[in-house]
Amino acid sequence: MNAILSVMGIDQKGIIAKVSGFLYENDINILDINQTIVRNIFTMVMMVDLSASKLEFGEIADRLNKMGDEMGVEIRIQHEDIFKSMHRI
Amino acid sequence: MININTKEITETIKMIRDQHLDIRTITMGISLLDCADENPEAACRKIYDKITKTAENLVPVGEEIGRRYGIPIINKRISVTPISLVAAASKTDDYIPFAKTLDRAAKTLGINFIGGYSALVYKGYTESDRKLIASIPEALSTTDYVCSSVGVATTKAGINMDAVKEMGEIIKKMSDMSKDNDSLGCAKFVVFANPVEDNPFMAGAFHGVGEGSSVINVGVSGPGVVKRALEQVRGEDFGAVAETIKNTAFKITRMGQLVAREASKMLGVPYGIVDLSLAPTPEIGDSVAYILEEMGLEKCGCHGTTAALALLNDAVKKGGVMASSYVGGLSGAFIPVSEDAGMISAARSGALTLDKLEAMTCVCSVGLDMIAIPGDTPASTISAIIADEMAIGVINQKTTAVRIIPAAGKNVGDKLEFGGLLGEAPVMRVHHHSAEDFINRGGRIPAPIHSLRN
Repeated sequence: MNAILSVMGIDQKGIIAKVSGFLYENDINILDINQTIVRNIFTMVMMVDLSASKLEFGEIADRLNKMGDEMGVEIRIQHEDIFKSMHRI
Repeated sequence: MININTKEITETIKMIRDQHLDIRTITMGISLLDCADENPEAACRKIYDKITKTAENLVPVGEEIGRRYGIPIINKRISVTPISLVAAASKTDDYIPFAKTLDRAAKTLGINFIGGYSALVYKGYTESDRKLIASIPEALSTTDYVCSSVGVATTKAGINMDAVKEMGEIIKKMSDMSKDNDSLGCAKFVVFANPVEDNPFMAGAFHGVGEGSSVINVGVSGPGVVKRALEQVRGEDFGAVAETIKNTAFKITRMGQLVAREASKMLGVPYGIVDLSLAPTPEIGDSVAYILEEMGLEKCGCHGTTAALALLNDAVKKGGVMASSYVGGLSGAFIPVSEDAGMISAARSGALTLDKLEAMTCVCSVGLDMIAIPGDTPASTISAIIADEMAIGVINQKTTAVRIIPAAGKNVGDKLEFGGLLGEAPVMRVHHHSAEDFINRGGRIPAPIHSLRN
């Protein structure tokens, strides 16, 4: 299953390192990544493949949310279908 | 990004995070026709068992879907066969145990509301309808989650004016019985013309007899998203306004469709419809009134409001219909006064009156919704307000409804505070001349002619 992981918040060092470290440890593969910084606001969008991960989706979401809280940024993970259904016929 | 670009992803996230986009409700319709029993206790037992078994996974599935797609699912609800039909076989005059059974089932399941303590009397009453209607004030004052509705008019049958008269009386009674609670009982009761059988929204949801044994209907929301989109086309002509609303409604509905399909699959219950209604909440930025003001009106309720609402309602339907294979329910824009920050503000400032609201209901879904009126308003005046609204629905072949709250002990200038999604309602002025002789005539207003339309 593919999901979209998004991180938004004030730029600081280590955001990508922490997120990708978590993904690596939990067998979540990054398929695509896009990152920008506009006026000090960091935005990163990743497409990730969860099929090899042993964690449940809810557990992944909870741990990413917690990591976001610790860094003071917002981290979301959402099934890709919500974006597909909204933006593609 | 494969297929979807970052701009689109950020747009969706902003809709959810900043513009209050959510799934307002996943409503499971459940037929209780097979629960009828001569023994009322046996009937209640069957009702409880059927609801709690059929919907046992509704709440966990709703939460699971919300988490998977990162979209808030605000309410999980149940609608059932109108209880006047189910209870008709039971040898009893006391229908309160049926209401309490529904309430108990709702509590067991952890859902937000259960609708269907209802009767359909547009052509006439059965004995069971009489018993149920008489019990509504007590039923709604002694339960927490039960919602009730009565259909008193249809385009095919006309308006049952005996029922309209009785509705005014029971609304007054209900207001008094729940006066310590800001007359909350009335907020759980709707009077309908042309009621729909697959409406997922409360308080008017019930599971019609034309429906299957169970069904999943989904109601979307998103006034904030429409408002924000319109901010991008300020000063442009109405073609651009309509196009923008259609595009936005399309996206919102696609999300509803996804959730409905997913819920249906996970629950093993057929998918019925997506209801495309724009349903406001009292949150700032989640208001239908602010959409109308964004179109260029100084205050919702001023001249031009009906035209703005007509455009909005139509464009929402056009965008939504393209996005979903099955659209139903009420589908349009809701204008509940107490649940919409912009409507509350307009009513308080005097810009929005009951008369203007009545005109607005001619071009949008639902009707006179969540409106507080002075507590000393006579029952016959309430009946007359209902009769006017029913006439609009019957003549225009559309669903209309009245959910009106006489504010016990309060007058114009006061307000009712319900809290949560129900918000707060400034008490609005009603006309003081009497309609008593009109309402006392009784009988039925005949069904209208369908040709020579003007």
